[in-house]
Amino acid sequence: MEWETVIGLEIHTQLLTRSKIFSGAATAFGAPPNTQACLVDLGYPGVLPVLNQEAVRMAVKFGLAIGATIAPRSVFARKNYFYPDLPKGYQISQYELPVVSRGSVEIELEDGASKRIGITRAHLEEDAGKSLHEGFAGVSGIDLNRAGTPLLEIVSEPDLRSAREAVTYMKKIHTLVRYLGICDGNMQEGSFRCDANVSLRRKGEVKFGTRAELKNINSFHFVEKAINYEIGRQAELLESGGKVVQETRLYDSKKNETRSMRNKEEANDYRYFPDPDLLPLEIAPQLIEAVRNTLPELPDAKRQRFAERYGLSGYDAGLLTASRELADYYEAVVEAVGGEPKACANWVMGELAAALNRDNQDITASPVSAAALAGLIKRVLDNTVSGKLAKEVFEAMWAGEGDADAVIAKRGLTQITDSSAIEKVIEEVMVANAEQLAAYRAGKDKLFAFFVGQVMKASKGKANPQQVNELLLKKLKG
Amino acid sequence: MYTHTLTELARALKARKISSEELTCTYLARIERFNPELNAFVTVLREPTLAEARAADARLAKGDAGALAGVPIAHKDIFCTAGVKTSCGSKMLDNFVAPYDAHIVTRLKQAGSVLLGKTNMDEFAMGSSNETSYYGPVKNPWDRTRVPGGSSGGSAAAVAARLAPAATGTDTGGSIRQPAALTGLTGIKPTYGRVSRYGMIAFASSLDQAGVITYTAEDAALLLNVIAGFDARDSTSMDRPVPDYTATLQQPLKGLRIGVPAEFFDAGLDAGVGQAVQAALSIYKKLGARVQEISLPNFSLSVPTYYVVAPAEASSNLSRFDGVRYGHRCESPVDLMDLYTRSRGEGFGAEVKRRIMTGTYVLSAGYYDAYYLKAQKTRALIRRDFLEAFRSVDLIMGPTTPTPAFKLGEKTEDPVTMYLNDIYANGVNLAGLPGLSVPMGFVDGLPVGLQIIGNYFDEARMLAAAHQYQRETDWHRHIPKGFE
Repeated sequence: MEWETVIGLEIHTQLLTRSKIFSGAATAFGAPPNTQACLVDLGYPGVLPVLNQEAVRMAVKFGLAIGATIAPRSVFARKNYFYPDLPKGYQISQYELPVVSRGSVEIELEDGASKRIGITRAHLEEDAGKSLHEGFAGVSGIDLNRAGTPLLEIVSEPDLRSAREAVTYMKKIHTLVRYLGICDGNMQEGSFRCDANVSLRRKGEVKFGTRAELKNINSFHFVEKAINYEIGRQAELLESGGKVVQETRLYDSKKNETRSMRNKEEANDYRYFPDPDLLPLEIAPQLIEAVRNTLPELPDAKRQRFAERYGLSGYDAGLLTASRELADYYEAVVEAVGGEPKACANWVMGELAAALNRDNQDITASPVSAAALAGLIKRVLDNTVSGKLAKEVFEAMWAGEGDADAVIAKRGLTQITDSSAIEKVIEEVMVANAEQLAAYRAGKDKLFAFFVGQVMKASKGKANPQQVNELLLKKLKG
Repeated sequence: MYTHTLTELARALKARKISSEELTCTYLARIERFNPELNAFVTVLREPTLAEARAADARLAKGDAGALAGVPIAHKDIFCTAGVKTSCGSKMLDNFVAPYDAHIVTRLKQAGSVLLGKTNMDEFAMGSSNETSYYGPVKNPWDRTRVPGGSSGGSAAAVAARLAPAATGTDTGGSIRQPAALTGLTGIKPTYGRVSRYGMIAFASSLDQAGVITYTAEDAALLLNVIAGFDARDSTSMDRPVPDYTATLQQPLKGLRIGVPAEFFDAGLDAGVGQAVQAALSIYKKLGARVQEISLPNFSLSVPTYYVVAPAEASSNLSRFDGVRYGHRCESPVDLMDLYTRSRGEGFGAEVKRRIMTGTYVLSAGYYDAYYLKAQKTRALIRRDFLEAFRSVDLIMGPTTPTPAFKLGEKTEDPVTMYLNDIYANGVNLAGLPGLSVPMGFVDGLPVGLQIIGNYFDEARMLAAAHQYQRETDWHRHIPKGFE
C-alpha cells in the first residue's frame, strides 16, 4: 500500500519582549527559580492582566511578513485546566478570534521546486511555568519565571507531506522570526519549539486520516526523526489492519520513539470562554501601517537581491541569507573588499562557516570580523598570499594573532611572485629528481603534478601556483 | 460622635473639633462591645488602627490632610490589604495575608482614612444573606434573628450598628444594594469600569464592581470621589474624568424623568415594600420629577442569565485556589490529584462548590452553546431593554428587594429562593449600569430600600436624586434599637 503523509505544525515562538505578556516582570532566561514572577504571574488573588502592547506589535509584524490578515478585533480567551505550573488554573490564549489569520510562506523543496505552505493562524498567548521533577526527593519543584512569557503560536495548514518538508518549513519560520527580531530562535532554551500533527492516508484519498499530535519537539533534527518514527508506526499499524487513534504522543529523543500521553477520551475539556478581565484587542489601521514601516528586508527578498546583485546561485544566496546577521556580515565583507562577491561568498561560506561551526560560535561573536576577513581576501586578490596559505592566515587570525597583514609578515607567508626566484627553485627540483624528469620527458605527463608538488614544497608553499605551472611547463620541456 | 454621618465627621476632624484618635477609640470600643454578637468584623486591627489615627491627627494639625483625614472606615474582606489577613469569607484563604493593597484601599488610605478592620461576607461574595461565610453568619442589627443581606453583610451590619461610619463593599448581583436595603443604609454600585477591580478578589469579573455602604448619599458621593477613576492595572477600568460628586447633590430635580418598570411589581413583591416605593415616588413628584411606567420586557431573564454568567466566570476565577502557592492545603497529599481535590474540597463551602459546578457545567463542551452562549445573548437583550428605557427616562426606580430582611436559616435550604432575593438587582450588573439603594421606610419594623438605577456614568444624577430624597425624609437617620 502506498501512503501519503499529511503534517501540520504548531510552532510556539517566545516573543522577545522585555516584560511578560500580562505583567511587568522581566522575561530574561536563566534567572534563579521564581525570581522573575510577580503577583500577576503567581496568580495571586485580586490581580489582573494588562496586555503588553509590544507583544501585539510583534504579532502584527509576523502577520504582515506572511501576508496574513490582521484582525481589527481579536479576543483573548481562557483555556481552563489544572496544573501546578499554571498558576491561575487557566492559560490566557486566543481561541475563536486570533490576531493573525490566513497567511503563507514559500518553501524550497529538495528538487528545487517551490511550495506554498498555508498558515491558518497565529495567536498570542502566555507561556506556563516549568515543573521540575528531578533533584527533589519525593516532590516536584515549580519555577514560574517562564509563566506569562509571551508566545506567538503559529499554526500551519496540513500542507506538509514529509518530515523533510516539515523541517524545511520550520527552518523557514525560524529564519523569519529572527529576521523580524521577534524571537531569538533559541531552541535549547525553548524559545522556539513545535508540536506536529501527523496522519497518513492512501495515495489519492481526499479525506485526512486520523492524526496523532507529537508534543514539544525542540530541535530540527528531532522533528524529522519524531515524524519519521511516527510515519513508520502509523504505516505499520494501518498495514496490519489496525487503526490510528487520535491522541497526544510524546517524543522520546533518547529512545527515538513516540509514546502515548493521553487519548481523545482523556483529553481535557478546556472550557474556553472570552476572558472577562481583558477587553477585545482592537488594532487600528494606523498601527498596522506603523508596524509595516518597521519591517526589515525579508529573507525571500534578500535572497533574491543577493542572487541578482552579487551573481550568486540560488543555493548560495539562500545560505548567506539564512540569518540577518550572516547576510549583514557578508555584505560588510563585500563592501570592504570593494567587489569580488563570489570570492567573498566562498570565504564566508567556506572557512568562516567551518570555523564557526567547529567552535560552535555565532556569527555575531565571530573572532574574525567582517573587516578583518575582507583584509585577508584583499591580500589573496592582490597575490600577497596564496589561496592555500591564506587558510593558514585565517586560522591564525581566528586564534587571535592579529590581522592578515600582521600574520603574513610575522609568519613570512608572502607569496613568491618573482619569476627568477621561482625558476631557481624549479631548477633545483629538476636536478634533485633527474629520474622523474627523464620519465616525464619520455611521455609520462602525469608526473607534472609531482613537479608542482615538489616546487611548492621547496618554496614552503609560498610560490605563486599559477607562475609555478607556467614556468614548470616551459622548463620541463627542456 | 458615632451617630454622625461620615461627612459630618470629616468636617469635625478638619475643624479639629474632634481628634481621629478619640473617634477611632469610640468605634473600636463599640466593635469590642457589639461585634461578638453581630459578627460583622472578621479582623479588627486596634493597635495599627490607633497608630494610623495618631498619624492622621498629626497631619490634621499641620493642615495638609486629605479629604478623609482621620475618618475611620472598614473594608469588606474581599479587598486585599497589605500585611493584613484577607480571607474573602473562606476557609480557603483563612491563612492568607495579602502582600499588597487593592486599588481602592490605596486610594482611601491616600485620602487619609483610618482602617478599623475587615468585614465579614458571604464566601467569595457568593450569597445574599451572609450565611455562607466560613466565619459564621452576620446578624442584622435591626433584628438579630434576621440576616443583614449579602454578600457585603458584614459591612452593612457594621455601619448600621454604628461600628463604622462607612464601609466598602462589592456588588456582583446586588451585594451592596441588597444588604444596604435590609439594614436601612445607602449603598452604591457604580457603573462597571468606574472603580478599579485591582486587588478585589474576583467572583465574576464582568459583573464585579466595588462601591460603598454609608448613611447618606452625601457620604457616598464623598467616598466615590476618592475611589472612582482610571487605573492602568485594570484593563476594564474606564479612562474618563471623575466629576466632583458632592458638587452636584443640590442639582434641582424639577423635570427629572423617572421610569418605574411594571415588571418589578410582580407577585413576588411584598405589598408593604410596594407601598413604600409608591410613597417614595410621591416625594419625587413633590420635588418636581415626572414619574412614568416603563417596561423591561426581558426582566424575567435576568436571574437565569445571571446564574449562568456569574458561575461560569467564577468557576474559572476560583481555579487559582489549588493549594499550591497560598491558601488552604490539605494534610499530607499523596499525589497531585489528591492535593487538588482535598484542598479544594476542604477549602470551599457548599455554595461556592455549587457555583463552581454550575459554572463548569455551562462552559463544558456540548453545553456551552445552550447555556453560556445563550446567556450572552439574553444578557445583550437585558442591556438593550435598559438602554431603550433610558431613551425616555433619566433614572429608573423601584424596590431594591422584594421583601425586608428574612430570618436566619430561612432560605439556606433552597438556593433558588435565596437567589430570587436579588431579582431586581441582577439585571443592573448584567447591563453594567450603576445602581443605588436608599432607605425608604420600614415594613414590619424592618428597613426597606428604594433602588435607583442610572444610565452609564450617571452616578452624579443618581446621588443628587438620593440626596434630595434624604432631605425630605429621615429614614436614613434611624438607628436600630440597642445601638443608639
